[in-house]
Amino acid sequence: MSGGGRLGYWLRIGGAGLFFIALIAVVNVASHGTFLEPSNIVRVLRQITYNCVLGVGQTFVIITAGIDLSVGSLVALTGVVAALFANSVHLSGFALIAATLIVAVAVGGAAGWVNALPVVKLNLPPFITTLAMLEMALGASFILSHGRPVALVSTDFQNTGIGSFLPAVTDALHLPNVPIPVIWMLAIILLASIVLNRTRFGRYVFAIGGNEEAARLAGINVARVKTMVYVISGVCAAIVGFLYMALFSSGSPQTGTGDELLESIAAVVVGGTSLMGGRGSIIGTFFGALLIGVLYNAMNLLGVDSYLQKVVLGAVILLAVVLDELRKRYLTR
Amino acid sequence: MRNIGKSFPGVRALDDVSLTLHSGETLALVGENGAGKSTLMKILSGALRADQGTILIDGAPVQIDSPQRAQHLGIGMIYQEFTLVPQLTAPENIALGAEPVHGGLIDARAVRERAQRALDELGLDLPLDVTVSHLSVAEQQLVEIAKVLARNARIIVMDEPTAALSGREIEHLFTIVGRLKASGAGIIYISHRMDELPRVADRVTVLRDGRAIETREAKDFPADEIVHAMVGRRLEAHFPELAAPAGPVVLEVRNLERTPAVNDVSFSVRAGEILGLGGLIGAGRTEILRAIAGADVAQSGEIRIDGSPVRIRGPHDAIAAGIAFITEDRKAQGLVLGMNVRENVTLAHLQTFVDRDLLIDVARERSATTRMIDELHIRTPGTEQLVRNLSGGTQQKVVLAKWLLGNARVFLFDEPTRGIDVGAKAEIYKIMVELAARGAAIVMVSSDLPEALGMAHRILVIRGGQIAAEFDRSQATPDKIIAIATGAAA
Repeated sequence: MSGGGRLGYWLRIGGAGLFFIALIAVVNVASHGTFLEPSNIVRVLRQITYNCVLGVGQTFVIITAGIDLSVGSLVALTGVVAALFANSVHLSGFALIAATLIVAVAVGGAAGWVNALPVVKLNLPPFITTLAMLEMALGASFILSHGRPVALVSTDFQNTGIGSFLPAVTDALHLPNVPIPVIWMLAIILLASIVLNRTRFGRYVFAIGGNEEAARLAGINVARVKTMVYVISGVCAAIVGFLYMALFSSGSPQTGTGDELLESIAAVVVGGTSLMGGRGSIIGTFFGALLIGVLYNAMNLLGVDSYLQKVVLGAVILLAVVLDELRKRYLTR
Repeated sequence: MRNIGKSFPGVRALDDVSLTLHSGETLALVGENGAGKSTLMKILSGALRADQGTILIDGAPVQIDSPQRAQHLGIGMIYQEFTLVPQLTAPENIALGAEPVHGGLIDARAVRERAQRALDELGLDLPLDVTVSHLSVAEQQLVEIAKVLARNARIIVMDEPTAALSGREIEHLFTIVGRLKASGAGIIYISHRMDELPRVADRVTVLRDGRAIETREAKDFPADEIVHAMVGRRLEAHFPELAAPAGPVVLEVRNLERTPAVNDVSFSVRAGEILGLGGLIGAGRTEILRAIAGADVAQSGEIRIDGSPVRIRGPHDAIAAGIAFITEDRKAQGLVLGMNVRENVTLAHLQTFVDRDLLIDVARERSATTRMIDELHIRTPGTEQLVRNLSGGTQQKVVLAKWLLGNARVFLFDEPTRGIDVGAKAEIYKIMVELAARGAAIVMVSSDLPEALGMAHRILVIRGGQIAAEFDRSQATPDKIIAIATGAAA
């Protein structure tokens, strides 16, 4: 968080939060209580995991007043590369999982670095450089996979993709099992929040988004910080690519190329992060992703037509950011 | 223009100013930075509205409430910063906003003919088919003039038109001004250059502190008397006592070069000394500070701190060498407005607030910021207040706090008190004197002459990116400094 004190902080993330609590209450009543059943809550969390992790990386980029359009394609590329790698090495068990994750992260991080290079060296708009990466990564993933999903030979990834976290414990407490990807998401949210709010790097991300020239004159290495945010976004995309690969037991060039990019940006913006830079939070992005996830889930529970769902989603995104803007104006008056 | 008055929050920018412009004459408008010239011209051109007074054209009162209205009344402005669209050709720029239309489409032939007519009237020959970005600065200025003429302007305001021109181009401009006059237009000519006034102006009006001080025929108004009228005798503000600098040389600058703004500048500053850089806006004073602070990287030259040379490739190097740069424009360069006081104060020295676990120790940040708030009397509800919500003087103190947090030996102040109230000014002066007393070397750029004279041990007058003169505090007078800064004396 940046500025405004504790109250301002809660009011800031409150935009999505309040909306969301109201929504939950309405839906829970309408669905005769099924909505707030623990198993349904876990289902929502599982559904938002991928967009939320993409949104976390995107949050860093957007706070610096940038944008990363390549994340969806990078999910596909890293998933395909990871699957090809896993099928070609003679490893198994934890070593295979760790090595595959490292490869995916390296590819995603490198792509992020390439995204940043023209932005920091030539001051080109990130909209263009990441758009170019979107196309290149997508093409590369089709070339590498020959246009077909690369099925995993090993079954060692099954637990990572669809397994549960400490099922013995949740069973003993009579709680629903928590999928491992949800644990990944919660860990990433925690780590990213600490990095953004408590480290020099995080402070510099806000400073650059708020006033790049003032940041530069304060001795901050603007190019390095900006490069890092695109690398972080690429790494987040790689983790999503890896988790999808584990979930589907294959790396497909079509995974991640649907609604993921725009819905992750929507999560960030609905969560109160300003596209103009300098303002935003990870927890806000989580709430933003949650709002979208809850909305889909609620509409499914209430049997809303799937085409209509899209219309409602768009309207709610617009409403959420309009409310956020009105709240901001009220606060700064 | 009769009895024009205009106030901004805290400042009376114009106080009962009247001036008359006849057709076929050139009236020169001169005055120090901040004397009110720009404000007056903005009122004439509809960019600002006067609080009091009336404007009459051909004896009839007019309401100028928008730039469009001013244009309609035949008032044309030629700004220092051109208002051309670089990607369009000269005829397209001349027609911009008033394109002749034929059947819903722009009539390209009429656009061209109109431009040709305006250029012919000026006796000019410019390439019409290339975008103006390909034209020289002088040619672009001529396009600006043609643009104003094409709108049948009869009152033409030129704001420092010769600032970017070379000798021959200036001659050409004077010829064109003569032609405009002959055609019956009235010209208001704003300039800082005393030497060109007798050549171009019929009458000269001097503005000072928002008042029209004196108007005379140009031929009866010698340069030294104009300068005297510009400076006047003003009440001295209260400046704190300055102790004589006793320490050794801290900052030494040798042959600093960053063309075109900084040319072969050398000087040194001792511990406890405040050095003032005087001169006009655009003389290269800010650029000298920026080159020392690494905001722009110098092409050549040497900077020594305490006798040892330091290499400055960016702001980071300068900060590491103990150089603090308090920029002129707080909002654009000094502060992150959306951050709070604490985050702004610690921004340049955040590494000292990081624990072994790589996390920022917010409690320590808060206590350091609180100390600064007490020491500098920063009027803020607390460390978590957004800087955006603070007044100008308080914001300036936050910038100061940011740089006082480190162990800087050299402080570069660029217009340290611009746009802040009198009380905050006095406090900033006190802080500067205390810094000097603690052994800092201070370089201060100030366009406020009493401030430069009251706060500096020595003054360097900068003109054309070079040191034009050096004065000790005891010998410096406003007249002498202005005379050298404007080129009225060598």
